[in-house]
Amino acid sequence: MPNDKTAAKADVLHGSLAFMVLRTLDTLGPQHGWGIARRIEQISGNALELNQGSLYPALLRLQQMGWITSKWGASESNRRARFYAITRAGKKQLAAEAANWQRISGILARFANPARESS
Amino acid sequence: MTKMRVLLSRLSGLFRKGNLEPDLDDELDFHLQMEISENVRRGMSPDAARSQAMQRFGGVARVKETYRETHSLPFFQVLWQDLRYGFRMLRRSPGFSLLAILCLTLGIGSNAAVYTWIEGILLRPFPLVAHQDRMLAIAGFNREVPRDPDVSWPDFQDFEKSCTLIDAFIVDRITGVTLAIGDKAETARASIVSANYFDALGVRPILGRGFEPEENSGRNAHPVTVINYQLWQSRYKSDPDIIGKTQMLDGLPHTIIGVAPPGFNGTFVGWSMQFWVPLSMQEKFDPGGYKLEDRGERWIEGFVRLKPGVTLQQAQAEISAVARRLETTYPATNRNHGVNLFPLWRTPFNNARTMFPTLGIALAVVIAILLIACANVGNLLLVRAFSRRHEMTIRLAVGAARNRLLRQLLTEGLILSTIAALGGSLMAYWCRNLFVLMLPARGGSRMNLPGEIDWRVLALSTGVCLISTLLFALVPALQTSKIDLTSALRSEAGGVVGGHRRGLVRSALVLVQVALSFVLLVGAGLLLQSLRGIQNISPGFSTGTLTTGVDFTAAGYDRQRSNNSQDALIDRLQALGGVQSVAVERTTPFGYRSYSSGPIAVDGYETAADRQIIVNYNEVGPAYLATMGIPLLAGREFTRADNETSQPVAIVNDVMAAQFWPGRDPVGSRLQVKGKWLQVVGVAKASKYERLMETPLPFFYVPVRQNAEGLGLVIRTSLPPPVMAKALAREVKALDQNLAPGEVITMQEQVDRTTAVQRTAVMLLAVFGGLALLLAAIGLYGVMSYTVSQSARELGLRMALGADRGNLVRLIMSNGLTLTIAGVVAGTAAALGLTRLMGAMLYKVSPRDPAIFVSAFLVMIVAASAACFLPAWRATRTDPVRALRD
Repeated sequence: MPNDKTAAKADVLHGSLAFMVLRTLDTLGPQHGWGIARRIEQISGNALELNQGSLYPALLRLQQMGWITSKWGASESNRRARFYAITRAGKKQLAAEAANWQRISGILARFANPARESS
Repeated sequence: MTKMRVLLSRLSGLFRKGNLEPDLDDELDFHLQMEISENVRRGMSPDAARSQAMQRFGGVARVKETYRETHSLPFFQVLWQDLRYGFRMLRRSPGFSLLAILCLTLGIGSNAAVYTWIEGILLRPFPLVAHQDRMLAIAGFNREVPRDPDVSWPDFQDFEKSCTLIDAFIVDRITGVTLAIGDKAETARASIVSANYFDALGVRPILGRGFEPEENSGRNAHPVTVINYQLWQSRYKSDPDIIGKTQMLDGLPHTIIGVAPPGFNGTFVGWSMQFWVPLSMQEKFDPGGYKLEDRGERWIEGFVRLKPGVTLQQAQAEISAVARRLETTYPATNRNHGVNLFPLWRTPFNNARTMFPTLGIALAVVIAILLIACANVGNLLLVRAFSRRHEMTIRLAVGAARNRLLRQLLTEGLILSTIAALGGSLMAYWCRNLFVLMLPARGGSRMNLPGEIDWRVLALSTGVCLISTLLFALVPALQTSKIDLTSALRSEAGGVVGGHRRGLVRSALVLVQVALSFVLLVGAGLLLQSLRGIQNISPGFSTGTLTTGVDFTAAGYDRQRSNNSQDALIDRLQALGGVQSVAVERTTPFGYRSYSSGPIAVDGYETAADRQIIVNYNEVGPAYLATMGIPLLAGREFTRADNETSQPVAIVNDVMAAQFWPGRDPVGSRLQVKGKWLQVVGVAKASKYERLMETPLPFFYVPVRQNAEGLGLVIRTSLPPPVMAKALAREVKALDQNLAPGEVITMQEQVDRTTAVQRTAVMLLAVFGGLALLLAAIGLYGVMSYTVSQSARELGLRMALGADRGNLVRLIMSNGLTLTIAGVVAGTAAALGLTRLMGAMLYKVSPRDPAIFVSAFLVMIVAASAACFLPAWRATRTDPVRALRD
């Protein structure tokens, strides 16, 4: 019954995955897909309903935008893995998105706590 | 910027599919392995670890699909799918595909071909010339005399000085030259041009130079010439040191100063020039004396180039103002004279204007052909759409979006029209020079009327292709999108003759075809009838008389020597067996050169104070009327005694006699021409002078010796033209080897050349009308045979109930003929409106001539019967038992 189990988890907000990926790569440096997925789950405290698979089309899109690059390399277990790294354009985009999400979460917070707003 | 990058990366993704899949598999596999080993590390069993990992990952197939879509452009992928599927469908029914492509190729190709003609003959007639879109023809007019399009050089210079909106004024006067090469003399075409000619046109000679400004002036002071590239190749064997060598032109050595680039043929629609000579040589090459300093001598034809952004109206307003000023400044020469500017396709002094109506008709006709072809293909597609109902229904049932089906059908249409457009472009390429073949050749030399295939023609063809796709593919596509899922269960053979709603659309398409081809048939009939009318007009002279010319002045003769040699030549020719008489004339009737004309006055004939009576006349030699076979009604012909020293005389025609000497015999009366008094010595019967369609005009003859130089010869002989041509060449050469004999043709051919436009139009309409009829018949055949195949059950039932074959044939035929008659009715309505536009090309035929409409109707019925008979006959072969059982 996956539905029961995931009911408490939040959906990945539209467009926020890209932001999380960029932030992860900015913080940790080059990472492979699994590493990125793990990190996002850790940060969100496993409270996020992330289909790990949906990460890969998102990574492709970010590459097409020119915000990240990828390169094949060897993983910690010495397996062939594709590593992603943030680019300069990606860092700029990250800054813009960080500001944007800050604003949005501020707005949503006000809706979440209407009492504080009216007092 | 980012969007662009995404697009590019996706576009490249379209072509890099190969190495994408294994990489993606590797990456996803790595991910899952990491997840599984992580789970195992946390203490799960390998199986549980695996299923947990898969669950957290989500559907691998879906991820891959999303990844693939992101990787390239889904639009193109779908298009690619549609294309492949479309090709497969077209291959599966090759008969249908071939027929559809053939129809469309004819439709698109004939359109493209006519565009190439319009582009190459009317819109951009001069290869290599820059800025043709800003080029206009300049022509003078005289409010008192129609058809007098020339301008004088002093006026031309004043326009050039005063007009601020015009970049360049270009003189271009066509003329003939006689050139001597070794011991042979030949005639060639040349142009007298202003010094700025090559610079203004943006044409750079490949060798040597163009003309210099000072070569505009100085009476006959600059015997230099630029020669045509082809001439340089053929006659001078591509001599690289040609510059500075001389060539005898009209008996005078000319220094060759330049060779025009290949492909440049001058600026005269219809003929290419072999030589260009500067303006200062006017007297040498243009008959009638030195004219460069005489404002009253109008001889220049030319072009202007507008400054960028200036409209024809603005330039016309400006130049008209200058012309009015010249009228008041120089009333003696300029009263009633002005100039008009024309777009190139309306140029009054070359062949553009005569080609225009024909090409206009051709354009209308090919658009009709295209519509017919589209209706035809639309019908074919409808048939297929109907037989593909099951396929479409199934696709809809398994969840295909309706607009996806629509797209599929449009793609199939696009495949058809793209193939047809390619075929059509090829057809246009082959046909680009076909137009000129429909015009009669002149003495073996074809006119130079090339079609031009450039990006505009290709763009237009592409547009036509897209529009026609929409026209023919949209109807069946829309019908498909209305498919009712349950209709799939209906039996295919259960239709009723003429029943179905879908049948209505198809019938409407056939009706359109019949109507359009009926209009074309009527048009062809009207033109044919009026051509027959024109050809039945008697020109008033013997059409068997031969005409030719020997230009003595061109060979450098002075007046006296030219006269003597002319007499000697006439004597020699008359001594030949089979030659009855030979006479000289200045202007050959129905020729390019216009007649002399002048104001006349007659004793006792009053005219309004300010009005001049302008009459055309020709300068002719002794025995001219007898040679031409024009009856002499009273008095006498000219003789050799009517020369420079004798009393000036004239022969008037009977129309002129009746107008100016009503009820009297004009012989013995006086006639004043350009201020000079002549004695009328004879009356000739009026003939046609310039066109067969002209109304009888006042006209008179004067002796050539008293007025001008004779340029043409007419010969009454029983010898055929080629034999006469040989004899003439022999006699001319015996007289002087520097003389070039002209082309020898019958007067009939001379007359025919003036009706070339009508004959070309008839030929075009006949060809295209036949094509349209064929297409309409195919359409009708298609509809009828389809109806028969769809109503097999009904037909079988009828047969089972006792209908004999005659009944069935009648049933099917009456169906088809009803459709045809409905089409003819619609066509008649359209034709009544459209044929009025042909008015100017019709002669003595009403655009509503009932006989023509009836004939067209009969032709249509015969074609329709033929088209319906086969399906009707097939209907009688229906096996009632099988039809009812199935």
